[in-house]
Amino acid sequence: MNSRSLLAKLGPFLGLLLVIGLFSLPTEVRGYFLTYANFKIILTQTVIVAIGALGMTLIIVSGGIDLSVGSAIAFTSVVGALLIQHGWPAAAVVLAVVVAGSGIGLLNGAAIAGLRMTPFIITLGTLGVVRGASKWLANNETVNYDASPINSWMTTANPFGWSLPAGSWVALVAAIGTALMLRQTVFGRHIFAIGSNEATARLCGVPTVRTKILIYVVAGGFFGLAGLMQLSRLRQGDPTVAVGLELDIIAAVIIGGASLSGGVGTVLGSMIGALIMAVLRNGSQQMGWPTYFQEIIIGVVIIAAVFLDRLRQAKAA
Amino acid sequence: MTIPGAMPPRLRLTGICKSFGATQALRGVSLEVAAGEVHALVGENGAGKSTLMNILSGALLADAGTLELDGAPYAPRDTLDARHCGVAMIHQELSLAPHLSVWENIVLGDEPNRGGWLRRAEAKSHARLALARLGHEHLDLDRRAGSFPIAEQQIIEIARALRTEPRVLIMDEPTSSLAQADTERLFGVIRQLRERGVSIVYISHFLEEVERVADRYTVLKDGQSVGTGVMKGTPQSQLVRLMVGREVTALYPPRVSIAGATVLEVSGLSAGRRLKRAGFTLAAGEILGVAGLIGAGRTELVRAVFGLDESAGGVVTLAGRSFPNRQPRGSWQSGVGLLSEDRKEEGLMLPLSVAENTVLTKLESFGRFGWLRRRDIAAAAATWIERLGIKASGPGQPVRELSGGNQQKVALARLLEHPARIFLLDEPTRGIDVGSKAQIYELIAGLAREGRAVVLVSSYLPELFGMCDRIAVMRRGELVDCRPNADWTESTLMTAAVGAAA
Repeated sequence: MNSRSLLAKLGPFLGLLLVIGLFSLPTEVRGYFLTYANFKIILTQTVIVAIGALGMTLIIVSGGIDLSVGSAIAFTSVVGALLIQHGWPAAAVVLAVVVAGSGIGLLNGAAIAGLRMTPFIITLGTLGVVRGASKWLANNETVNYDASPINSWMTTANPFGWSLPAGSWVALVAAIGTALMLRQTVFGRHIFAIGSNEATARLCGVPTVRTKILIYVVAGGFFGLAGLMQLSRLRQGDPTVAVGLELDIIAAVIIGGASLSGGVGTVLGSMIGALIMAVLRNGSQQMGWPTYFQEIIIGVVIIAAVFLDRLRQAKAA
Repeated sequence: MTIPGAMPPRLRLTGICKSFGATQALRGVSLEVAAGEVHALVGENGAGKSTLMNILSGALLADAGTLELDGAPYAPRDTLDARHCGVAMIHQELSLAPHLSVWENIVLGDEPNRGGWLRRAEAKSHARLALARLGHEHLDLDRRAGSFPIAEQQIIEIARALRTEPRVLIMDEPTSSLAQADTERLFGVIRQLRERGVSIVYISHFLEEVERVADRYTVLKDGQSVGTGVMKGTPQSQLVRLMVGREVTALYPPRVSIAGATVLEVSGLSAGRRLKRAGFTLAAGEILGVAGLIGAGRTELVRAVFGLDESAGGVVTLAGRSFPNRQPRGSWQSGVGLLSEDRKEEGLMLPLSVAENTVLTKLESFGRFGWLRRRDIAAAAATWIERLGIKASGPGQPVRELSGGNQQKVALARLLEHPARIFLLDEPTRGIDVGSKAQIYELIAGLAREGRAVVLVSSYLPELFGMCDRIAVMRRGELVDCRPNADWTESTLMTAAVGAAA
């Protein structure tokens, strides 16, 4: 590996260090910002976007897009809350929520691959459909329940202990699994082949329709898992939660170096992208910046990241 | 090759029929190819070559007819099944996944795996073996396929086809994106494959090529085989007659040089990394050819003259006036028109109509108080449809639905409608059939007769020799020589293009 491609691989990582470095400069926040307790909070705050970004990485690498993720997260969190209300054990709830997410993915994937329609249009449609369905399912109000072990997965109640909440470990294991799948399995390489040149993939006998459906199903499973984390964080099923979260998730994947035209992207990059966004949010809060200012900063960071990425690629070519 | 009653031929197709809706693409085609034979399949666009090859390679199912491979019935379910049966195809458009590595492209669709997990080492050794069959085992297997030059990309694609040790290899216009030197290398590969006993079905528009590489030929016309025979001793004119069904006296129209006053003068033009201090002059009524290998800077030269790429230095003088800071818009206003080599990506707006494509450069002139007179636009396009013999249902038909040759005529109609005085034509006949080629040559010759000036960039030497008054040769971004047509031979021109040291 030459130094240039090493730099290309490290790009997002350097971005993360830069962002952390910037928030470490002002003396008034440095004392708290750089503590382990704060990083624990950042990690916990990253979990939902990170797990969503895993699914989105598969989709974007294959040349697709999914705009319905925020709705899917709300829907699956409502499903989870209802099942807890009905007294299901935690393990069964986890499974059911993941299956519910995959179901939405199946719907998206079948429409995209089967009807040969653009992912943008289909998922723009399901964004509304699924959001409406969650409100319907929840009778247009939050779904409350007494207690569940799931509630502790995203807790930051004990900020001074060393142990990370379960959600971070789930995200980490899922990330490693996804990275292995993308790199080491036939399915994973077919995702890249489809994103790189779908016509060629078909010509070479790659089952493109089946693979594309499977991509959305697997990604949907991740979105279900993200919904579970959302539920754990709020401790209630809220059908109006996570509006627009898909944009944060897409941004994380793009900041991580994936290309919206497909064929390019890594799990590590997407995870760092998710962390960059979480650090920005956390840092801005501690600086006491108003939320509108955070929004502006994150918007600028997305554009800057993609622009730098293009410069880097132009140099490498 | 085959004696009746002896071994069955490697490949035998009998009475193949295929319809798409009301269109009968194939009407009882028969074809026989012996082992280790290179069999040329020629015919105009739309004659049914692609349909036939898609049936053979498993991409389409025949409506009627039988296929036999070494005497056994052959009925591929899909392209992968065909590959396993020993029939592989190399497509005209390069079909690589550019982001994937060399080895991944070679094993794509048929990856060695255990329970879905890739067996990387095995896949790589398959890939290396396939490349070794082509004498290219030195290629870096882990490098991205898209980062290789076109010629190497084609090698990777052929290696993919060779991985399954095919008995029949179909090559569809394999040289359409190659320069002369790469074509020679490809012919070497074909000879090698033939010696290994691989049968090759070779589809091409270039009759000179077919003559050199093929043992036998079959001519398709309107979905039927209209002639087959031994290549050696068959004159090209006979093939052309079979293909078009009429006598074609000459592909290139007779021309008389009438070069007048200089209209375009380019000196010391540089742009990007591929164009270094190139210069030439162009006179009214003149056709100037630009030859060179792919990547020699020919396309960059016309793009820089036109202002599509920013130039880093040099002077362009148009009708005696220097023309700095060129932009496409200004070039059109000065009567300079460019025909892009990339018809589909850059030259045309495929979803839009013939009419909209034709008048785009002068849309303003069809407006009155900001309102476009659509009827006038359609009328203008209709004139060119008629004059150029464009096969379209009307000015409103989307360009995407036309054949390659007709698309190219629409792209040329834009320059004529504008009207341009200086025509910069980049590979105007790439990938189009013989009949349309002859018409486009006639059109270009007509432009020169009217006193307009043409720069003709081409990778196809007979075309340059057949059409041009002078031919310039480019090498590594420099315009190294420019002489009258008669002062060049194919070999002196190639020597100039590859450089004395090569």
